[in-house]
Amino acid sequence: MDVIFGNLDLWGEAIGNTLLVFFVGGIIALVLGLIVGAMRVSPVPVARAVGTAYVNIIRNTPLTLVFFFFVFGYPVLGLPKLSNTVLGILAIGIYTATYVAETLRAGISTVPVGQAEAARAIGLPFGQVMSVIILPQAFRSVVPPMMSVFIALLKNTTVAAGFSIAELGALRATVNDSHDRPGNPMEVLLWVAVVFVILVLLMSWLQRYLENRWRIAR
Amino acid sequence: MSSVLYDVPGPRARRRNGILAVVTVVVVAAVIGFLIYRMAVSGQFAPSKWYVFTFSTVWTQILQALGNTLAAFGLAAVLSLVLGFALAIGRLSDHAWVRAPFAVLTEVFRAVPVLVMMMLLYYGLPVLGVKMEPYWAVVIGLTVYNGSVLAEALRAGIESLPRGQKEAGYAIGLRKSGVMRLILLPQAVRAMLPVIVAQLVVTMKDTALGFIITYPELLYFAKLLSSQQGRPLLQSALIIGGIYIAMCLILSGIAKYLEIRTRRSPRVQGLAGGGGDDPRAHEDGTVTELIAAQKGVGKFDQGGFGAVGR
Repeated sequence: MDVIFGNLDLWGEAIGNTLLVFFVGGIIALVLGLIVGAMRVSPVPVARAVGTAYVNIIRNTPLTLVFFFFVFGYPVLGLPKLSNTVLGILAIGIYTATYVAETLRAGISTVPVGQAEAARAIGLPFGQVMSVIILPQAFRSVVPPMMSVFIALLKNTTVAAGFSIAELGALRATVNDSHDRPGNPMEVLLWVAVVFVILVLLMSWLQRYLENRWRIAR
Repeated sequence: MSSVLYDVPGPRARRRNGILAVVTVVVVAAVIGFLIYRMAVSGQFAPSKWYVFTFSTVWTQILQALGNTLAAFGLAAVLSLVLGFALAIGRLSDHAWVRAPFAVLTEVFRAVPVLVMMMLLYYGLPVLGVKMEPYWAVVIGLTVYNGSVLAEALRAGIESLPRGQKEAGYAIGLRKSGVMRLILLPQAVRAMLPVIVAQLVVTMKDTALGFIITYPELLYFAKLLSSQQGRPLLQSALIIGGIYIAMCLILSGIAKYLEIRTRRSPRVQGLAGGGGDDPRAHEDGTVTELIAAQKGVGKFDQGGFGAVGR
């Protein structure tokens, strides 16, 4: 237990940073993913092509490499300086956005064709077909897979540890490298694993709760 | 996506689409142009930055690093399949005392981030007096995580089979092992093949985490190269990135091909559902999606599922 109470300040900072990367990265992923997802189902061929290219390229790049580009590559370009944490958040947001986009697209295609056809048959314009008929149904079927995307995002925050961002994954090095800190790497990492198991279980529980609450009777 | 969401465009819609297309092109060109401009301004196109890549020794080293990546990926892929089968079968046991520990194990393995698992093996174990090569830390870390994800996929595949399959197996006098081995597993594996290959793409990408625990794979070599004369950081990242993307695209291509094959095959038609965007084909094939798709809990089931693409 010394490893926790002797390093409370570090744990606070690490958990805080993990949650910061998680929430801000998640918001970026949601916004960008929404745009890209919309592009991928849009009637404009160019937009579809751009969306597809973005998704295919980023999804087939390891997250570590995306981080590499942002955290090591960005400063080389001689642009205004940004902290590693900001760059890391951008990296994880841009990476996760592809998963968000794909999930949204899959969600839209779960809505039966008949729904859209019926909506158009009663004379609704495109905007209303989407906002009144398709999206509310798509949203419900998207909730569980979207939560899985965010669980993955949460676990992916640990990659930031390799790029000098002080979050949970990096805690081992911080404790290990300073002499007056109690605890050894094994203890620190085991506790980090426990924290993640708890957080993931919480999110799975939320996922199941939302899934049941918003179930569609089809 | 087809024209379900929108009508065939009329003159006004065509004009609007044209404007949107132009806007898209302008925005994308602006972003890419800005990046190229910044690269040019900061001298990224200078010959000295690319000089390293004119040496054949550098390329042999890249090949070596690629070999290391593939070595970790190959072994991890095989082992995670083995572990996946073991965990899935354990979790499907009829005895609660077998089922429970396997369930806990699978859930915990899935919840711990791969990198934390690798660090536990590489930095943690020496505390207990066990020294581990980075290679083994990478392989075991990947195996544990992907094995448990595959286990869930296989389990979902088996549970999605019609009950009659199992009953018919018992009716002709097979034992439990025979039913599993001869009847259930072959069908489940067939139906889940796209997910399994998609999960291999994830495994491939995650080998790049080995970079953080000093396993000399591709990305590690990119970092090494970028400390060479001229500091060709972006250059080496671009080249290594290209290699990763090519490898993963090949694997994703196989997954997509298998998915199309599966969909066309009459034998698995009942299982694989039809057409459109199958959540099981998504890499990172998030298990909830799978289970939702498989169990038919009202999310992805029925005619609605994927019907748009048909």
